[in-house]
Amino acid sequence: MYAKVTQLILIFLISPFLFGVINRIKAFFAGRKGIPLLQTYYDIFKLLRKGAVYSKTTTWIFIAGPIISLSALVCACAFIPFAGHRAFFSFEGDIVLFIYLLGLARFFTVLAALDTGSSFEGMGASREVQFAVFAEPALFLSLAALVRITGTMSLSDIFANTTINTLTTLDPAILLVIGALFIIFLTENSRIPVDDPNTHLELTMIHEVMVLDHGGIDFAYILYGVAVKFWILGTLLMSIIFRTNSGIVFFDYAVFIFGMIVLAVAVGIVESIMARLRLFKVPNLLIVALALSVLALTLTMRI
Amino acid sequence: MAGSILNIRNSQAKPLSEIPSLPFEKFCDFVIAQIREGARVVSFFGTPKTNATFMLTMVLAYDNDGQLGIVSTSVKDTYPSLTPQLPQVHWFEREIFEQWQVRPDGHPWLKPIRFHNPCTENSLGNSSQDILPSVTDFMKVHGQEPHEVAVGPVHAGIIEPGHFRFQCHGEHVFHLEISLGYQHRGIERALAAGSGKRTIHYMETSAGDTTIGHALAYCQAMEGLSDCAVPLRASAIRGIMLELERLANHTGDLGALANDVGYLPTSSYCGRLRGDFLNMTALICGNRFGRNIVRPGGVMFDLDDSLITELQNRLDKIFNDVKNAVSLLWSSSFVVDRFDETGIVTKKTALDLGLVGPAARACGIERDVRFDFPTGIYQFSHIPLSTYSSGDVFARAYVRWLEIQRSTEFIRDQLKNLPDSAVMAAMPPLKKQSMVVSLIEGWRGEICHAITTDINGNISQYKITDPSFHNWIGLAMALRGEDISDFPLCNKSFNLSYCGHDL
Repeated sequence: MYAKVTQLILIFLISPFLFGVINRIKAFFAGRKGIPLLQTYYDIFKLLRKGAVYSKTTTWIFIAGPIISLSALVCACAFIPFAGHRAFFSFEGDIVLFIYLLGLARFFTVLAALDTGSSFEGMGASREVQFAVFAEPALFLSLAALVRITGTMSLSDIFANTTINTLTTLDPAILLVIGALFIIFLTENSRIPVDDPNTHLELTMIHEVMVLDHGGIDFAYILYGVAVKFWILGTLLMSIIFRTNSGIVFFDYAVFIFGMIVLAVAVGIVESIMARLRLFKVPNLLIVALALSVLALTLTMRI
Repeated sequence: MAGSILNIRNSQAKPLSEIPSLPFEKFCDFVIAQIREGARVVSFFGTPKTNATFMLTMVLAYDNDGQLGIVSTSVKDTYPSLTPQLPQVHWFEREIFEQWQVRPDGHPWLKPIRFHNPCTENSLGNSSQDILPSVTDFMKVHGQEPHEVAVGPVHAGIIEPGHFRFQCHGEHVFHLEISLGYQHRGIERALAAGSGKRTIHYMETSAGDTTIGHALAYCQAMEGLSDCAVPLRASAIRGIMLELERLANHTGDLGALANDVGYLPTSSYCGRLRGDFLNMTALICGNRFGRNIVRPGGVMFDLDDSLITELQNRLDKIFNDVKNAVSLLWSSSFVVDRFDETGIVTKKTALDLGLVGPAARACGIERDVRFDFPTGIYQFSHIPLSTYSSGDVFARAYVRWLEIQRSTEFIRDQLKNLPDSAVMAAMPPLKKQSMVVSLIEGWRGEICHAITTDINGNISQYKITDPSFHNWIGLAMALRGEDISDFPLCNKSFNLSYCGHDL
């Protein structure tokens, strides 16, 4: 039990750190020194101390949006395994609840954006939902492929299961799932090539434009939610390709956290060497993810 | 038709009495015929005369002959609009309407462009009824699904204010309408009130990023009006300064274009390199934006040998870095994919609307003041024209890169062979009752200063036409049928001035 609580605390503590790593990598490629590694923490604490301003045209949905989104993501954290160890909660079929929790978080972010009545936020909401139409089924099908391979419907059983070991078996289905999950990972976390988290241009944004009207404490929730989501989806990926099962719990934890940092470095490199796609080409990328996951699922059917 | 138009060279002063004044119908036919034969409108403005009549003066450019032409007519408070036949005067006619309340009948979209009170004397004292910017009619698309997106005047970045209205269907843009005027400071009116110590500072700040360009256009006009011969060394230094300004801004633009597509390396390197070019400018005159160097009669600062060596070393080093940073841009297929076929302006549209500068050259139009109407050092040292044909964001970016290479080459040449002479000549008084048109190819395009002097040799009218005045409509055209998410990219590829337009 203590180990499980420690896992959760570690997730909540470490997840904002990964953005610091990404920023440092991007700064390195740009020939700059970069902002402090802990900048996300500073930002969150700064925002938490601030008050929020609400437009008269918004309703309670606008205030509830960030709270519900963050709550849903925090709940989802309880279902993801950590370093190959079982999650805080798990039951047969929690995979479905997990995906719906992510869906709930998105739903309320979109709803809060629409609540402002701003044409920018409406545009962002429409883009977010348009891309989710492709990204969500891809995530579902990728996980379905993993369910077929491992024969269990619980995230803990799938990822804490030693049958997944790509590095030794190189199962093609798993390789396809990794490809699909990486695209979904970049999309869902609003990273380049789909979205640019650093842009100041409202007309090109997707995620950032939906939260333009949020400020202060609400924006702190959003920022923290984004960090947690990055961790959650990163875990799905890294639990497949990068973990050890040495039996020494804290060694496993350290290796896994190191793996997550490596993932952040990879994201930083992708963002440094790639430009954003044209918005109308993003669905093409997501269809690739969808195709990979369908193919993975098909491959698992041969048995 | 010899008597219908006064032909002059760039920055050559002629007495006002030589400007032919045609009856309106004849003026109209003449101008339309000239434009059909390849001339274009450089500037078009009104001047109040006695008896509630206004003189309309048009400056035409004959790019192939290197000649300018001035033609004028008199109108009362209304005249048949030229815009339906000559789209390139649409903005000018709106300006004349706003300034003098001379109504062009049949103008397809007559509305204010700077939102100020008329300059006619009666209403000068009556400024209590301030006109609010952008409070006017906008084009509307009707129907269930089209919607409107309004951006600005307050933007998320540190940029100038301007209001943009998109008529969209989802991500697709039907039409973009641009409404400016937030930066109107009344520069032309202040200048016409008489020149003084402030004049040069108005010039240097009429578009802050084109300090050298506008100051040079002003000085060249003053020198034309007083028959002052600028020493050759001063001309060469002016050329160096103008090209340094171009280098800094083009490099900054390429970086900003990379930033808008999220391509990090070029974006951050070019940002720094732009600063390096600005520092070279500062090395010469002590100001990064080139203030306080260009003055009527010459330049305020000379270059000594050690400074020349330092500049040569810096130029080589910075150019190499720019070359590396920019070649990253062309070698990234992601970037080229974003630039290609985005924001296309066809050559025909560009010609009809009279676009200038890199935006016109990117459509394959050979139009460059340094080449067509050379003055100063450009008469002796030619810069090749840089054009590209596709008219999209890629073309506008690539033309900038070509110009960076050629400007660097030019500065190298000038630094190596700097003529020996003084750098400042005495300014004789201005000629009386004369007019001069001074053109300079600023980094953004053709800058035109048209100046008239009165019976005492003081400035009686000062008309500035910034390249942005011609080109804003080009941006609106580039957006037609484009994705709204590509607007920032298209906008940056034009990178027009708000304050240069608003004056």
